[in-house]
Amino acid sequence: MSREMQIALDSIWPILKAGLIVTIPLSLIAFAIALVVAVITALARISNYKILRAIFGIYVWIFRGTPVLVQLFIVFFGFPKAGITLDAWTAAIITFSLNTGAYASESIRASILAIPKGQWEAAESLGMTYWQVLRRVIAPQTIRISLPSVTNDFIDLVKGTSLVASITLADMFMVGQQITARTYEPLLIYSLCAVIYLIFISVLMYLQGRLEKYASKYV
Amino acid sequence: MLHIVKFQQVTKYFGQQEALKNIDLTFHKGETTVILGPSGSGKSTLLRCINLLEKPEKGTISVGDIKIDLSKPVSKKDTLAIRQRTAMVFQSFNLFPHMKVLENVIEGRLTVLKETRIDAVEKGQLLLEKVGLSQKIDSYPAQLSGGQQQRVAIARALAMEPQFLLFDEPTSALDPELEGEVLKVLKDLSEEEKSMIIVTHNLNFAREVADRILFLEHGEIVFDGATAQFFEKNDNARIQSFIQSMQFI
Ligand SMILES: Nc1ncnc2c1ncn2[C@@H]1O[C@H](COP(=O)(O)OP(=O)(O)OP(=O)(O)O)[C@@H](O)[C@H]1O
Ligand SMILES: [Mg+2]
Repeated sequence: MSREMQIALDSIWPILKAGLIVTIPLSLIAFAIALVVAVITALARISNYKILRAIFGIYVWIFRGTPVLVQLFIVFFGFPKAGITLDAWTAAIITFSLNTGAYASESIRASILAIPKGQWEAAESLGMTYWQVLRRVIAPQTIRISLPSVTNDFIDLVKGTSLVASITLADMFMVGQQITARTYEPLLIYSLCAVIYLIFISVLMYLQGRLEKYASKYV
Repeated sequence: MLHIVKFQQVTKYFGQQEALKNIDLTFHKGETTVILGPSGSGKSTLLRCINLLEKPEKGTISVGDIKIDLSKPVSKKDTLAIRQRTAMVFQSFNLFPHMKVLENVIEGRLTVLKETRIDAVEKGQLLLEKVGLSQKIDSYPAQLSGGQQQRVAIARALAMEPQFLLFDEPTSALDPELEGEVLKVLKDLSEEEKSMIIVTHNLNFAREVADRILFLEHGEIVFDGATAQFFEKNDNARIQSFIQSMQFI
């Protein structure tokens, strides 16, 4: 077996393992929180309350308008200066859930706005309250419409977690860097990282397809 | 229970524009009223003020036992109460696309009236039979023709057992072949003495079903009277030319 082959084989498991204990859990946790944040933000931004709209509008503006790496550095390296010291995991979860939450809230808000006004009017004229309309009529349609864009936000998040290497979290990319430093095989190792990301994300894309099919059964 | 819709000096603005000008009007139980008038005259606005999809700036509106002073903010409770006493059928059907036909019809009974599923389903099946769609109970709206969709929408409105049924151009989005099946349902309802207020451009239909005609122009009521009087003994030149222009459509 050639030397490259041996290095590649030896590297698969350490990189994959980093994916399983850092990249995937971090992505899932951050995405779950981001979804909650996104729904609350989208609802606030379509509400009739000016102050609510303004507050959440500023949040979205800041997180969409600045690089996530900078956000990550502010939370992990900057906050201790203000007396808030967070471990790398906590800093990563906070940053990524707020960042993805901002993007996903825009996906959800746009989907809600894409639903014809007649749907609201029909539901309201039955005598439904605002929350009943949202829950029974708007939410199910929003899920279908927003699925592709929210999945995109999720995919961006998974790839974006590679930035946690720079705040000391040993994710796939960090492990790849460490192996490269030892073996001097950047092309081989980073390509291996890329392939593993691609596999993870392909699974997501497959799930998206299945979900879309399920959610669109009535169209 | 009081069964009436009453407008007193109702004025509705869109920005600077007065869409309804100081309207005084009463709709009675068991009557079919057809609202006619040129485009932009305020027909839809008048109808949508009844169930507060539009909120006028001035006057009072009564629906059944609920009376609303429009110069003050309207409470949610009163708004919901009015909407439970009325039901609306729209030009564009507005069925809930993610619910099957039966679910569309019983949605209000389940969510608003909190009826048990068994009772609501029974009611829904009867209504779908009434509009001739028993076969389509398990279809999604997208699988139906426009005429069928509108009949489902009518069943959905009837399911709430409203005091007043409001129709805003219920057949304008339909091809002529499909229009008939919806008009037939409306005619049956009219014969059952349901209280209906219908906006339409179909003069023949108005003539056939209306007990009373309202003619609107520029947000004002120009004519309010019996159907025969509107079509036959009318000396208003505007109305005569309106009738003539509509007959060519
Ligand atoms: N949401 C709105 N915003 C601004 N102006 C409106 C709005 N709805 C209606 N109007 C205006 O109010 C007036 C009355 O409109 P309305 O829709 O009630 O007319 P209509 O008699 O139903 O006409 P059509 O036969 O075309 O349906 C029109 O001049 C219209 O432009
Ligand atoms: Mg209209």
